[in-house]
Amino acid sequence: MKTIALVLVILFSTIGHAIDNGPAFADEKLQLRYEKIIAEVRCLVCQNQSIKSSNVFLAVDLRNEIKRLLSIGKTDKEIANYLVERYGEFVLYRPRFSGGRIFLWLAPAAFLVTGLFMMIKIVRKKTSLASDANND
Amino acid sequence: MIPEIGQFALIISLCLTLCLGGFGLLGAHKNNTELMSLVKPLTHAQFIFIVMAFVSLAYSFLTDDFSVLYIATNSHSELPDLFKFSAVWGAHEGSLLLWILILSVWMILVANFSKALPRTFIARVLGVLGFLNFGFLLFTLVTSNPFERISPAPMNGSDLNPLLQDIGLAIHPPILYIGYVGFAVAYAFAIAAMLSGKLDQRWARWTRPWTTAAWLFLTIGIALGSWWAYYELGWGGWWFWDPVENASFMPWLIGTALIHSLAVTEKRGLFKSWTLLLAISAFSLSLLGTFLVRSGILISVHAFATDPARGVFILMLLCIVIGGALILYALRAPNMDEPIGFSALSRETFLLLNNVLLVIAATLILLGTLSPLVLEVFNGDKISIGPPWFELAMIVPMIPLIFLISLGMNTFWVEQSANKLRKKLQVPFILSILFGLIIPMYFYGKITLLLAVGTISALWIMTSSVLPLLKQCQTSLGRKSLTRSTLGMSLAHFGLGCFVFGVTIVSAFNIEADRRLSPGESIFVAGYQYQLRGLKDVEGPNYQAIEAEIDIFKNGNFLTQLRPQKRTYRVQKSPMTEAGIVAGWNRDLFVALGEDLGDGSWSIRIQYKPMIRWIWFGCFIMALGGLVAITDRRYRRQPS
Amino acid sequence: MKKKYAPIIVFVLMLPIFFVGLSRNKSELPSPLIGKIVPAFVLPSLIDPAVMINQANFNGRFVLFNVWATWCAGCREEHEFLMELSARDEISIIGLNWRDNRNDALNWLITLGNPYELSVEDKLGRTAIDWGVYGAPETFLINPQGVILYKHLGPLTERDWTLNFMPFLVTEQT
Repeated sequence: MKTIALVLVILFSTIGHAIDNGPAFADEKLQLRYEKIIAEVRCLVCQNQSIKSSNVFLAVDLRNEIKRLLSIGKTDKEIANYLVERYGEFVLYRPRFSGGRIFLWLAPAAFLVTGLFMMIKIVRKKTSLASDANND
Repeated sequence: MIPEIGQFALIISLCLTLCLGGFGLLGAHKNNTELMSLVKPLTHAQFIFIVMAFVSLAYSFLTDDFSVLYIATNSHSELPDLFKFSAVWGAHEGSLLLWILILSVWMILVANFSKALPRTFIARVLGVLGFLNFGFLLFTLVTSNPFERISPAPMNGSDLNPLLQDIGLAIHPPILYIGYVGFAVAYAFAIAAMLSGKLDQRWARWTRPWTTAAWLFLTIGIALGSWWAYYELGWGGWWFWDPVENASFMPWLIGTALIHSLAVTEKRGLFKSWTLLLAISAFSLSLLGTFLVRSGILISVHAFATDPARGVFILMLLCIVIGGALILYALRAPNMDEPIGFSALSRETFLLLNNVLLVIAATLILLGTLSPLVLEVFNGDKISIGPPWFELAMIVPMIPLIFLISLGMNTFWVEQSANKLRKKLQVPFILSILFGLIIPMYFYGKITLLLAVGTISALWIMTSSVLPLLKQCQTSLGRKSLTRSTLGMSLAHFGLGCFVFGVTIVSAFNIEADRRLSPGESIFVAGYQYQLRGLKDVEGPNYQAIEAEIDIFKNGNFLTQLRPQKRTYRVQKSPMTEAGIVAGWNRDLFVALGEDLGDGSWSIRIQYKPMIRWIWFGCFIMALGGLVAITDRRYRRQPS
Repeated sequence: MKKKYAPIIVFVLMLPIFFVGLSRNKSELPSPLIGKIVPAFVLPSLIDPAVMINQANFNGRFVLFNVWATWCAGCREEHEFLMELSARDEISIIGLNWRDNRNDALNWLITLGNPYELSVEDKLGRTAIDWGVYGAPETFLINPQGVILYKHLGPLTERDWTLNFMPFLVTEQT
C-alpha cells in the first residue's frame, strides 16, 4: 500500500513537543543561549522540526549534550562545530558563514542593492521622458 | 456504484475540458464564432461533471465505503461526520480533486461575469483555463485516482490523521486553494492578451478584480493556516518557514506586487510587460509550490505521499504551463519602452519600488527554499536553511517596504510636490515615532533598534493609511465621493500595519516557560498565576485523553480555567497535544501539557504571547480591504 | 529585446535541478565521519557490565559496528542476515545496544541468537551522538587501522552487503 498521504500536515506520529521540566540553567543568560541554540538545531529523525520542538529521545539526548557543553563553558561556535563534526552541516538551521554558504548570507543585501540600482535606472529614464514632455 | 459514477464523471470532464481548450483557442485564432459559441456551454458542462465527481467522493466518504482505497486509508467509521466530509481533501488524491473543483468554479465565474469582454478574449481565457483543468484532470486520473477500489475491502478504514481531525482542515485548504487557483485567472488573462497582441489599460481593469479576489482568499488562507498551526501543533509558533509555508508565501508576495503593478498599468498604461510577467509568475509559483510539496522533493513537516511518478508528471505539467507562457512572453510581450514619463517623486516611483522589494523578497524565499536542493545536486552537500536565515532575508527588503508604504499611498500620480507631501505627513510621522517608542517602553519596559523600527513603521502605516480617506471625504463635500477603491486601499494597508505591530510585539516580548507542576502547586509567568488543580481522564468520540485543569489568576483574581489535553487516538495510536489557550486582544495565554514525570507531577509549557491576535486580525483586515476594492463601481460599469 | 528572454532562460536553468532532485534519496544523510578514525568511547559490555570495552578492541581487523535496539523494527528485520553473516566468519560484528532496556536486549540475544562478537551498551546515548547516529539500525564498516570506510542506514541486507561493503574488503586486502 502506498504511504499514507496527508495534506498540509505532519508526517510523524511523535508530535508532541519537547517540554523540559524547568529551566536548564539558573543563570538567565546561559538559559537564553541554551534556548536559542536548541531552536536552531535540526532534529534529524523528525525532519523539519528543531530539537526544541521535538520530543523524540534523540532530541532529548542532544538537548542534554548541549546543556553539558554549555555548562563546561563551550562557546556557541564550538557547539556548532561539535554538532557538525558528528552530523554534518544539515544539523544546523543557521547555515555557517563559510564556503558556498557565504553567498546565502550575502544574497539579501546583494539582491537589495541590485534591485535598487535597476530601479534607479528606470526612474532616471522615466523622469527624463517626463521633462522632455514638459519642454515640448 | 457511486464511486464509478464519480470516476466516469471525471473522464467526461477530461474530454470536455480538452474540447473547451481546443475550441476556445482555435475559435479565437480563426475568429470562428461557431466554435467560440461553444465555449460557455462547455465551461458549464465541465463544471457540472466535476461537481458530480466531487459529490460522489464526498457521498462515499459519508457512507463509509471502504472498498475505495482512498477512503480506506483516510477515514474511519467512528470519525465524526464533519471530519468525514473534510477528509475528502485530507490527502493528495482528494485535495487534487478539490483543486480541480475550485478551478472549475473560477471558470464558471469568469464565464458569467465577463459579458462586457470581447468574445475572442473570453474564448481565449476560458480556453487556457480549460487546458489547465485538463492537465490536472489527467494528472488525477493517471497518477492519483481517488476512486480506485481495493479488493477485498477492509472492515474499517485506517483513519484520518489525528492532526487533521479539526475544523482547520474543513476551512483552511479550500480557502487557500481558492487563492492559489485564482491566480490561474490572471495567468489566463495574460496569455489571452499575449495571444491577441492587444494589451491596453482596459485589460488591466478587467484583470484587477480577479487578481484581488484571488489575493484576498490567499491572504485569508495563509492566515488560517498560521492560526491552525498555532493552536493545533501545540508549539505556540505562528510561522515556521517550512517549505510548504514558503510555497504559499511566494505567490502571495508576487500576487501583491501584481495588484500594485496592475494599478500602474490601469491608471497610466505603464509597466505592461512587467505586469504580464508578474501575472505569469504568481500562478507559476503556485504551481511550483504544488510540485515541491507533492513530489516530496523537499523535506517538510507537511508531507504528502511521495510517488516519483507523480513528481515527474507535475514537472512535465510545470514545463508546459510555465515554460509555454514564458516562451510566449519572450516572443509576444509588448516592448518595455512606453513613451510615458513620470517624475522621481510620484506614485509611479513608489509602486515601482514596492514591486522591486516584493520581488526581491519572493526571490530570496525561493533561493532559501531551493538552495539546499541546488547544493545537494551540485556538490552533494546537505545543508539546512531555517528560520534564522529566512528572518534576515525578510527583514532586509521588508523594512524599507513597510516604511515607504505611507509615502506611496499619499503621493499623486505623475508628479508630487515634496513640500506638500512633507506637510501632509509630518504630523502622523512624528506621532508614530513618539508612540512607537512609548508603547514598548511603557507597556513592556524594553526597547531595541529592531523593535523600534517595527512599532514605528506599524503605527506610521496605520496613521498614514487613514489620510487618503480624510482627503476624499473633504473633497466629497464638493464633488467627488469616497470611492471603494480608496477605502479598500486604506483598509488593506491599515491591516498590514496591525500585522506588523503584532509580529513586532510578539517576537520581542513572547515569554515561554517550561515547568514542573504537581496538583495544587502554582507558578507565576509574566504576571499571571497558573495553578494546577488536577488531572483527569477524558473520553472523546474516537480518542482517550488526559486533561489537566489549570486555573489562571491575575492579581489574585480568578481569570479562567484552561484544560490542555494529551490525546491518544484509538485507531492511529498517535499522541496529540491539545493546547489550552485564552485569547485576548492584547495577549494570549497558552498552556500545553508535557509528560507525566512519575511522582504525580507533570511538565507543563506556559507561554505568554502579547498581541499575537493582531497578526491574524491584520490579515483579515487586509483581505477585507481587497473585498471592498473589488466592489468598486468602475469594475461594474459597462465599457463603451 | 533580449530582456524578455531572461525569464525563460532562468526557468530552463532551474529544470535540471528539479529533475535530478526527484531521483535522489532524501532521507539519507552523508556521515561526516567517513574517512576518519573511529570516535573514542568506553562503554560497559552488554553481557557483563563489569567489563569495559573501548575502540581499541576494533584494531587490527575489519569490523562491522552495528547500532541496534529492541524497540527498533528495522533491527528485527536485519537480525537474520546478521546471524548469517556472523556464521560465515567473513567479518567480526560489534554491536552497540542503543538506549535500550538491558533485560530486553539480553532476552533478544538469547531468543533470536547473538551475531555479535562483542556487545556494548550505550544507555544514555552519548556514544551514539559521537558516532552521529540518528536512527537505528545503522552499520559502520571499519578497517584494521580503525578508519570508518562506510556507513549504512536502515536494515542491512545481502544485497547491501555485496554491493556496498564487499568492494571495500576486496580492495583493501589486495
